[in-house]
Amino acid sequence: MKTTQVAVIGAGPAGLAAAIEVARVGGKVTVIDENAKPGGQLFKQIHKFFGSKEHRAGVRGFHIGEQLLAETRRLDVEVLLDSPVYALFPDMTVGYVHDQKEVCLKAEKIIIAAGAAENALAFPGSTLPGVMGAGAAQTMINVHRVLPGKKVLMIGSGNVGLIVSYQLMQAGADVVALIEAAPQIGGYGVHAAKIRRAGVPIYVSHTVKKVLGEQQVESVEIVELDSQWQPVAGSEKILTVDTVCIAVGLTPLTELAWLMGCEFVFVSSLGGHVPKHNRNMETTVPGVYIAGDISGVEEASTAMEEGRLAGTACAEALGLLDREGARELKALIWDRMHALRTGPFGEGRRKAKDQLIGLSMGGQA
Amino acid sequence: MEAGPVAFIECVQEIPCNPCEAACPFGAITVGEPITNLPVLHGDKCTGCGACIAPCPGLAIFKVHLRYTETTSLVEFPYEYGPLPDKGDSVPCGDRSGNYVTEGKVVSVRNPKAHDGTAVISVEIPQAYCLEVRTICRKGRRHDGQ
Amino acid sequence: MRVEKHPILGDDKRERDASIVVDGKKVSAVTGEPIAAALLAAGIRKFRVTPRFGNPRGLFCGIGRCTDCVMTVDGRPNVRTCVTPVKDGMIVETQVGFGKWADEP
Repeated sequence: MKTTQVAVIGAGPAGLAAAIEVARVGGKVTVIDENAKPGGQLFKQIHKFFGSKEHRAGVRGFHIGEQLLAETRRLDVEVLLDSPVYALFPDMTVGYVHDQKEVCLKAEKIIIAAGAAENALAFPGSTLPGVMGAGAAQTMINVHRVLPGKKVLMIGSGNVGLIVSYQLMQAGADVVALIEAAPQIGGYGVHAAKIRRAGVPIYVSHTVKKVLGEQQVESVEIVELDSQWQPVAGSEKILTVDTVCIAVGLTPLTELAWLMGCEFVFVSSLGGHVPKHNRNMETTVPGVYIAGDISGVEEASTAMEEGRLAGTACAEALGLLDREGARELKALIWDRMHALRTGPFGEGRRKAKDQLIGLSMGGQA
Repeated sequence: MEAGPVAFIECVQEIPCNPCEAACPFGAITVGEPITNLPVLHGDKCTGCGACIAPCPGLAIFKVHLRYTETTSLVEFPYEYGPLPDKGDSVPCGDRSGNYVTEGKVVSVRNPKAHDGTAVISVEIPQAYCLEVRTICRKGRRHDGQ
Repeated sequence: MRVEKHPILGDDKRERDASIVVDGKKVSAVTGEPIAAALLAAGIRKFRVTPRFGNPRGLFCGIGRCTDCVMTVDGRPNVRTCVTPVKDGMIVETQVGFGKWADEP
């Protein structure tokens, strides 16, 4: 059967960054992804990233994706595409399907970087064609250059809702409004400012009551919420739209970690059930690491750093890096991650991550 | 503002971000450590060159030249929509809520490769509106609401 | 609707080099793009109807997980159109319920 030293599941920013760290020091690494193209969510991100120079601030997400891919090609990293991983076995075998055939790959270390998926929202009319995840709209406009509709209501004011609204307008759609159930905007003020400048009204304390239409979305009824999150009678407004995008958070894609027997903990601010992990990104199953959104929903910049951390830890465990060298690299990564997890937005994530690691370490003998 | 063109950094939340610091050729912007610090503009060093406008990932930096002429101001802002206007065009100028404020004349449209897609547009407007105008109204959305 | 010009992505220079047949009508497409993208470009958003009530369904998650976008393609039912690439000459049909295999009686 096929063998490798490190099997990385997921060719998004976390997976690619992890693979680069292992390959850099001579490790044999195989990245496996279910999609036809690598890069995960990076290629949909056509906006400039924040952070510092080391975090590649000011570079558009899809360019960062191109840089990572170029690096993996330069290092001869094996990237298997169109290969959904359906199983992880206790003997560290990875089972995937390619070309309708089952393949087994034996690995010494496994890094699960499977990412996260968008949450859905159920309401009358939510199944009509034209109601879709914000990520689905983003993929269509930024990767496939197709507009999924012309007049859009965006539900959710986190960074995804704000950014995708902006990108829908760049692609030529009209974002009629953005609604947010909470009494304040969830994402960055500068992202909200961009869409406000374009004339998009942001209605906080509003939610969707129902979507109307026969064969597809024709209009949407929104309603205001009071301080108890209850609909305010008489506050309903009907907006003429043909598309409703849902941006209400992401949940880590953890099936493979469950399968492998990793222990979990529920951390709501990180997206739900996340596998316990230590400061090396290793789960409670020795040799199995996680990185990126699967370990808690954050952003691409932190995903890349966690990938580097997991990759470095694997390289060390395989003897490809000496203890001191690894310690230095990991310290630099932790510094960069710390810089990203500061401020009113980052603080909450840092506390959640610290809590997660604390619970994970406490549980280990 | 009285002395000449100057940058306006409308970045008001502590997020980890500092490209503006390195973008200024005159050292007029400091962020320092931690990088969540709000950028500080040193008015005495700022020449109003506008180099900081395109590199800001949040599109939060503008330039205002109050006394561009006796009666008009020049406002420069980042713009990432198509189609771009042409120099000399008359455009509907909007405020931070996208509301129509005044007509403006396009004085320059800079979109070099180095900006990576972030065009920087300057418009000449009546002086009274120089603290409000921050954009060109989007087609068909000249007023707030529907 | 296709986004021919884009302020960041530039002009769309891809050739519409493929032709697929959707419910008997020819639709032009780009080889390799997801079937769902070609359909959306042509303004087609209803991809199937549900088995019990015949309710219309279309694209939802866009990453191949929810199966709301499935259609019958070249006689095979339940093909996820958001992750299946277009090939010239593909026959795409609005799926009714669970669909039928081409060789089913």
